[in-house]
Amino acid sequence: MAIEKCVYMDHTAGKPVDARVIEAMLPYMKSAYGNPASLHSFGEEPRKALDEARAQVATLINAERKETIVFTSGATESNNMAIKGVAYRNKDRGTHIVTSSIEHMSVINPCKFLKTRGFEATFLPVDNYGIVSLDALGKALTEKTILASIMYANGEIGTIQPIEEISKIVHKKNIYFHVDVTAANGQIPIDVRKEGIDLLTLSSNDMYGPKGIGAIYMKDGTRLEPLLHGGGQERGLRSGTENIAGIVGFGKAAELAKAEMKTESQRLVKMRDRLIKGLLDSIPYSFLNGHPTRRLPDNAAVRFSFIEGESMLLSLDMLGVGASSGSACTAKTLEPSHVLMAIGLKHEEAHGSLLFTLGRQNTEEEVDYVVSIMPAIVKRLRMISPLTPKELKL
Amino acid sequence: MYTEKVMELFRNPHNMGEIPDADGVGTVGNPVCGDLMTIYIKVRDNRLEDVKFKTFGCGAAIATSSMVTDLAKGKTLEEALKITRADVANELGGLPPVKMHCSNLAADALHVAIEDYRKKHGEEAKK
Repeated sequence: MAIEKCVYMDHTAGKPVDARVIEAMLPYMKSAYGNPASLHSFGEEPRKALDEARAQVATLINAERKETIVFTSGATESNNMAIKGVAYRNKDRGTHIVTSSIEHMSVINPCKFLKTRGFEATFLPVDNYGIVSLDALGKALTEKTILASIMYANGEIGTIQPIEEISKIVHKKNIYFHVDVTAANGQIPIDVRKEGIDLLTLSSNDMYGPKGIGAIYMKDGTRLEPLLHGGGQERGLRSGTENIAGIVGFGKAAELAKAEMKTESQRLVKMRDRLIKGLLDSIPYSFLNGHPTRRLPDNAAVRFSFIEGESMLLSLDMLGVGASSGSACTAKTLEPSHVLMAIGLKHEEAHGSLLFTLGRQNTEEEVDYVVSIMPAIVKRLRMISPLTPKELKL
Repeated sequence: MYTEKVMELFRNPHNMGEIPDADGVGTVGNPVCGDLMTIYIKVRDNRLEDVKFKTFGCGAAIATSSMVTDLAKGKTLEEALKITRADVANELGGLPPVKMHCSNLAADALHVAIEDYRKKHGEEAKK
């Protein structure tokens, strides 16, 4: 049987680059290839493009001025820069960092690394929806705390954090507040000034820009040690010849995201809710992971009792659907996802999780197709599983 | 990621199900790793007359379970005890390295089922 369907619902893992973004990037690989640092006229056009892209990214997050944006190679570098950079530069003030237990590994691992270099790190607990405990946050902040790093939203369970409230608690003390916005990029309007954010991690591919480019926003006056030392590009904060084509693409993607976010997010929310409801209504012993309403527009994270995620992914793949799971078996480690464990799931529940992340090309028809094939996939795997209770009529 | 043989047995596993009046049952695995397997055996004249499985786990876990039931069926208990994890993986044309430890447990489950049979049937079973 030939499978003609091709339904991609793994947009958190990777997104296509918007055709308008590619169009904007091409001149900077073909003709305007000069180095923005050059004095001669070949450097002029790239220099202007760099300025324009910086302004486009700054506008997306309502930064006070474009110079607060520093381009990096992506979210992992930006997160490392925020955490290690603030820690190294401010250790005269304190050596303690507070973060949450559901951050991306590019936040968790720099914090763990710093623990081997004389710093302390607190990983705050979350509730069953994945919301950071404000009470625990308040108690964790000490005289030694220099940085709090909390993600805007979690890509694996979709839950959105109360960023403004967290900011208020953090700023009662003289502590920097870093927010990794990667998963929410281009889906939710971000306002660094209104929300009280000192450092922000942004990535390009998450809003249909090219991979390998990202940025960090640093509020004026933020003290931070650079990770890369060299020719002094990006005001000395990130040396290395600028990836102009990537930066231009990122800028264009930010501009498009700002213009189209409202209508696109409304469309995604509608499809997301249709998908979640369709799956939970048609399959017994199925549950939503994460918060029902404080939730990313693209994120449908669900779990099915008695079966395992990878076998569901393989079954979906055979029917032309690409999704993701929190299963250990798809990763290099044997433990299930740290996020699913932190929200209190049992190992076998975490292993039964599936993640559908929607994007611009997805249609309601595709959502209905997924809803139509999942019950039989789950039923077959439950027939094979020894964990399925006998009383469950399959 | 998987060989064609693994995918074929994942799609259409052989000998899937329970044996209600099994002579021996063996369960191995750990939900922490996401794999749990139960093997059921029916023994007649020291031979495995029937072997069935139920498995919670990934594609590799289901394929290895199916493979071990095929390899064991019709063998004497002594022959079946010699089936190793490596035999199962080889018959499947290999498994990804990360799957060799956590998902290739079917041979162990078979051995546990045979031990269970011998325990239940005492000395008579060892003849």
